[in-house]
Amino acid sequence: MTEAIDNLQLNAEGKLKHFITIEGLSKALLTEILDTAESFVGMTDQQIKKVPLLRGKTIVNLFFENSTRTRTTFELAAKRLSADVLSMSISTSSTSKGESLLDTIRNLEAMFVDMFVVRHGISGAAHFIARHTAPHISVINAGDGQHAHPTQAMLDMFTIRQIKKDFADLRVAIIGDILHSRVARSQIQALNTLGAAEIRVIAPKTLLPAHVETLGVSVSHNLTEGLQDIDVIIMLRLQKERMTSALLPSESEYFKCFGLTESKLKIAKPNAIVMHPGPINRGVEIDSKVADGPQSVILKQVSNGIAVRMAIMSMAMQPQGGMQ
Amino acid sequence: MLTISTLLNNLEAELRKTQIARKLANPLMIGIRTGGVWIAEQMHERLAISEPLGLLDISFYRDDFSQIGVHPHVKPSCVPTHIEGRDIILIDDVFYTGRTVRAALNEIFDYGRPNQVILAVLIERDGKQIPIAPDCVGTRMVLTADQRIKLTGPKPLAIHLETSAPDKP
Amino acid sequence: MNRILIKHGRIIDPANEIDRVCPVYIADGKIISVSVEPAGFNPDIVIDADKQIVCPGFIDLSTRLREPGQSRKATFKSETLAAASAGVTTMCLHPDTKPVIDTAAVAELIRELADKADYPQIYPIAALTQKLEGTELSSMLSLKQAGCIAVGNANQPIKNLLILRRAMEYAASHDLLLMFRPNDYWLGNNGCAHEGAVATRYGLPSIPDAAETIALDQCLELAELTGCRVHFGQLSCKRSVIKIHQAIKYGLDVSADVAIHQLHLTENDMAPFDSAYHVLPPLRTEADKQYLRQGLAGGTLSAICSDHQPHDIDAKLGAFPETEPGVSSLETLLPLMLKLVTKHAITLEQGIAALSQNPARILRLNSGALTPGLPADICIFDPELEWQVNADNWKSRGVNTPFWNHTLKGRVTHTLQAGRIIHYLHCTRTYS
Repeated sequence: MTEAIDNLQLNAEGKLKHFITIEGLSKALLTEILDTAESFVGMTDQQIKKVPLLRGKTIVNLFFENSTRTRTTFELAAKRLSADVLSMSISTSSTSKGESLLDTIRNLEAMFVDMFVVRHGISGAAHFIARHTAPHISVINAGDGQHAHPTQAMLDMFTIRQIKKDFADLRVAIIGDILHSRVARSQIQALNTLGAAEIRVIAPKTLLPAHVETLGVSVSHNLTEGLQDIDVIIMLRLQKERMTSALLPSESEYFKCFGLTESKLKIAKPNAIVMHPGPINRGVEIDSKVADGPQSVILKQVSNGIAVRMAIMSMAMQPQGGMQ
Repeated sequence: MLTISTLLNNLEAELRKTQIARKLANPLMIGIRTGGVWIAEQMHERLAISEPLGLLDISFYRDDFSQIGVHPHVKPSCVPTHIEGRDIILIDDVFYTGRTVRAALNEIFDYGRPNQVILAVLIERDGKQIPIAPDCVGTRMVLTADQRIKLTGPKPLAIHLETSAPDKP
Repeated sequence: MNRILIKHGRIIDPANEIDRVCPVYIADGKIISVSVEPAGFNPDIVIDADKQIVCPGFIDLSTRLREPGQSRKATFKSETLAAASAGVTTMCLHPDTKPVIDTAAVAELIRELADKADYPQIYPIAALTQKLEGTELSSMLSLKQAGCIAVGNANQPIKNLLILRRAMEYAASHDLLLMFRPNDYWLGNNGCAHEGAVATRYGLPSIPDAAETIALDQCLELAELTGCRVHFGQLSCKRSVIKIHQAIKYGLDVSADVAIHQLHLTENDMAPFDSAYHVLPPLRTEADKQYLRQGLAGGTLSAICSDHQPHDIDAKLGAFPETEPGVSSLETLLPLMLKLVTKHAITLEQGIAALSQNPARILRLNSGALTPGLPADICIFDPELEWQVNADNWKSRGVNTPFWNHTLKGRVTHTLQAGRIIHYLHCTRTYS
């Protein structure tokens, strides 16, 4: 029998050991992550950009899916904690079978590493690695298939908290390809756990997963109606493959219906903020004027990303119930 | 048990003596959070130092991360000026094992290379574990393993002697 | 041949409507008599089946033994031992072996392997199309003559409906049963879980029930058009049950079975990303499960199969969508069937019929009953015996089951195949 996801992530004392998904983590723990990230935010302005917290620890960035931006933020975060970082990009084309996932992990474990940061194209990969890795190693999920991207969700929550202070009365709209989005799934879980008033997903029917309401959201297929009373707008990236797999006719039609323009933005509350996990497709899901406009916090998200990841890595690197 | 004002007076006197003996030139005063900052504020005023007080948070430099992990509420250190070549007066409330001061020194040296550092503490108690010693003290005392000395403040500043479970320094 | 007397057991033989405690007499591999002692019968072996149930040996419509071609996963030797210990005396083998069962030579190879494993009653299902590629017909007549009991598509898609129609017409012309697992390849979209709340939460590529029900509908229409007898295997959806019910009422010669685990597990039972729960068709909703149970109780689904698919450890080690689907399920077949009875979903008689009489009828086999004159394929089991699913109690090479380490109730104590005792449990009662 296997343990539930939340038990897998916490050690015997209820402290964070693996960070695989938001699901199963308490509001208190999520808040602790945000508070810890707060301490690291101040550092970027300081003369010292590094702290010796994780000195002597080895962190391996195991990226089975290409992503320069996420990989570099994790690298920077680890280096600012004075850890030794090893970044590996592993191609998994279907034609090259290569090493099994488990063998890759075992080989790296043999080199005495302390933490894996994993990005993989298949849902459940991070969970699998966490279940099979040596007991002293922590696993951070940098995105697995369509399942979860919890560090992104946390930096989004951090950004929201920075500006809006409290989640209780917030109405959040997530717009775009929810079906394929691991970011959206994690954001929805985080917002629900932190007590947001309403989470609204706005998308054409082809881009919504079955039974999406069971995630704890309300649904709208119309941007104009959906944006009423919204405090936070999260735009998701539209990938080009969606057009070729008969999910959408064209980018221009998508932009007409669901693209965030200045006029559409006015429908939301006057001080609504605009977020995007990046990279943005200008003119497809979001208009340049909005992306660069005064309500956009996209760049803030990026700079918060390092502090939040530093917090998560140092919390997960904690002792497992005190040195045994 | 000596009163807080006696201790502060003692410390001030020691500091003045040491300032001359060690030929401190335009010293930068830094207090270690939290208790050390309260004491430093007192000394800062008494010695009429014009340069703003530096505040040091050593949470990220502690040597016991492996035992107790990262602390969730850390205010950033605030050292308003360059350390390079400066004379530093480092102030803490209680000197016990010496690890706090070691962490503080590590952090200071990450900022830059000071000319010299003198350490001033309100109370030095027994139980040293690192070969570091304060240069100025308000008083020295010997306590038992289950006794702890605690400073509360900032207004009013007060000292408490507690008897409790074995201490975590 | 040995003369065997089974005494004190409760005989449940749905085909002959028998349910009482009485003896069974066996000689020369056949059942001589039930209840009435034949004159001068001197048994060589006496089995005391006190407090146990004696029923026809189970006939499993859907199994994979992994040979030829995938002996890394399992072999005839290991899996026939597992089948024997599970009370299964007849098995149908899917054609997706390597090589595929699309020539008489492969069918004969299967016969040899079965004989070598000392378990002769393995009936290969012939591939409907060559190499199971779904484009050209296989030599169904030669395959039938070489011992294949039916034709089937395993889990592979047919290229288009025209080819399926022609294949069915050809099969019908040789009076061959088509064993069809309905699944539309395109709607299935390489999914690995049921398109529902759980797959949405875990971001798993998913399969809507329409993939099964639409393919089922198409095949039913073609069954009417071609006159081909069709048996639908391993159904998983409520609407599939409804369609079969309507088809039978309408007069089509069709039947259907359900895999035993679909009667117990739903998407909500899946431990997160646990590949032991990765099966095709996927575990669906509570409503589907209840309908499958009702379909079984009502007779729309006439048979239960194990859908036995043993795997090597590596096949199940990986991120969920990358693992291979399938459960090693022979040895949990009986206790899980008994669990349905305990939950009052079906009667004990219905459960035994679904595992013996009805599969025999579907395959047109002269067995699945304790009628005098038929081969003595018999299963004796202790319905109260509890046992844990672990390495000590498991014969199959594949340990891929969601019931691993569970304690189950009900265990086979003796299995007879054509009058030979091919399995007995050491710890049980007298065996002289």
